[in-house]
Amino acid sequence: MTDLTVDLGFLKLRNPVLTASGTFGYGLEFEPFINLEELGGIVVKGLYFGPRPGNPPPRIFETASGLINAIGLQGIGVKAFAEKILPKLRGIKTPIFVNVCGSSDEEYASVIEFLDREEGVAAYEINISCPNVTQNGLCPALDPQKTFNVVKLCKTVSRRPVITKLSPNVSDIVEIALAAEEAGTDGISLINTLLAMAVDVETRRPKLANLFGGLSGPAIKPIALRMVYQVATRVKVPVIGMGGIATGGDALEFLIAGARAVQVGTANLVDPDASVRIIREIEAFCREKGVDKIERIIGTLKTS
Amino acid sequence: MVIEKNARIVHKESWGDYHLVSLEAVSIAREAKPGQFLMVKIHSQFCPLLRRPFGIHGRTKDAVEIFFKVAGHGTALLAAKKAGEALDVLGPLGKGFGLEDALPGKTIWAVAGGRGIAPFKLWAEEARSRGARLKILYGGRTRADLPIADRFRQAGFETVCSTDDGSFGFKGFVTGLLEAEIRKARPDRLYACGPDPMMAAVSRIALGENIPCRLSLESQMGCGFGACWGCVKKIRRAGSEDWVKICEEGPVFEAGEIVWDEGTP
Repeated sequence: MTDLTVDLGFLKLRNPVLTASGTFGYGLEFEPFINLEELGGIVVKGLYFGPRPGNPPPRIFETASGLINAIGLQGIGVKAFAEKILPKLRGIKTPIFVNVCGSSDEEYASVIEFLDREEGVAAYEINISCPNVTQNGLCPALDPQKTFNVVKLCKTVSRRPVITKLSPNVSDIVEIALAAEEAGTDGISLINTLLAMAVDVETRRPKLANLFGGLSGPAIKPIALRMVYQVATRVKVPVIGMGGIATGGDALEFLIAGARAVQVGTANLVDPDASVRIIREIEAFCREKGVDKIERIIGTLKTS
Repeated sequence: MVIEKNARIVHKESWGDYHLVSLEAVSIAREAKPGQFLMVKIHSQFCPLLRRPFGIHGRTKDAVEIFFKVAGHGTALLAAKKAGEALDVLGPLGKGFGLEDALPGKTIWAVAGGRGIAPFKLWAEEARSRGARLKILYGGRTRADLPIADRFRQAGFETVCSTDDGSFGFKGFVTGLLEAEIRKARPDRLYACGPDPMMAAVSRIALGENIPCRLSLESQMGCGFGACWGCVKKIRRAGSEDWVKICEEGPVFEAGEIVWDEGTP
């Protein structure tokens, strides 16, 4: 029997597998398919303070081993979430992470202040890296100073741990991660999607109404892994790795590269039971290799 | 809704680009309602990555049927599958046609464009068993686009066809056929499935004639069960317009609540 628990410092998880925001709805959508209490954690879809309409369709386009999306963070807002969703999530014995969005630093803070009054949230993941809500994919995570400012404000107002979700669309991911750490973030999650596009050659129009979207899925895994490794070897706070994880082997790569936990994203859309399958595959690997504790694997990449 | 990871292909038929595949999936077959759909995983590799949505064509006690036209990489791979192979199927999904309106003695018509005929076999069987009087208007570009018209007739369903080139039945769009048929007799309700321009035209005709009409929309889908918000249509309800998930709240909507995009005739 392998001990799959991992310690994020601020929270112990029953296993290192969480679901990634934006691919798992508000969690309840998966109840027909899996036991949500098997998961290490659930990260719910990004929430702005108010409801948000999202982008016009087409919003998704499939590419080779990947998916480009420009949903535009359509969502119900914090009040509806607190009234309609959170009471149901409280009945599930799995830590709930709320993905927090904002069109200004103040909006991130007001989402946190609102949810701080509600029970049933384990931590916040601040989404400073969605590429689909401004014309050119602009977001705080592209700039170390903007990252520092928003993380600092969120940490000041929050009574709960704050994880900062970073964008891969930068030239130096470590610089951004260090800015978030300096501002006091309790953890770092990466990567959000890669800014991407696709063209219809018949009509010469973009495949997505939004022109650009975010690329996810197995296609991005090598890039995600490289960035997780770069960050995990430089920061002290726990790193949660994600990007194209579809198998237990994929998850183990991230753990070996230094992630203390992982998030499964696009794979949930294809197989609603993907996260649970991945947990079982990690467990089977550990049993086969005689690993008694998953934490013994974290950050064990041999580079010499 | 369930995941049936090992749905064996028990029957397959092909007519050019059109294919009918019957999949053994007992619990999906038991639950399936007309107008619901399946998400089918083409294979276990990553390309194509996503499942593909297919309206439920028909069902037996232990199998569900899909009817589709090859339209890209995913459907081409699916068309190459043989009887005996197994597929991973998720379903039944969506809300379906809501055939509780198909009351005994009521006249209901289906309007289908090309592969849009897919959901109307189960629709017709259910409507007939409920005692409704039904007719199917089935249009395509040429006769080759109406490969299962005879099936509907052999099953005893009144089926009127149209082709754009006049090679079979009424010459013109199925919407032209609909207008001609309405001049002869009015149905109590219409149901339609087909390409968006056809659906917008059916919707306009139905609203103009004051005939209640439900449309089954087609869309690319990320997941099929409401998690990704990738498939949306603008829906007007109680005075406000929202992007509504086709997979979860549809795929069938009342014609009057759909807001057609600019550019759709």
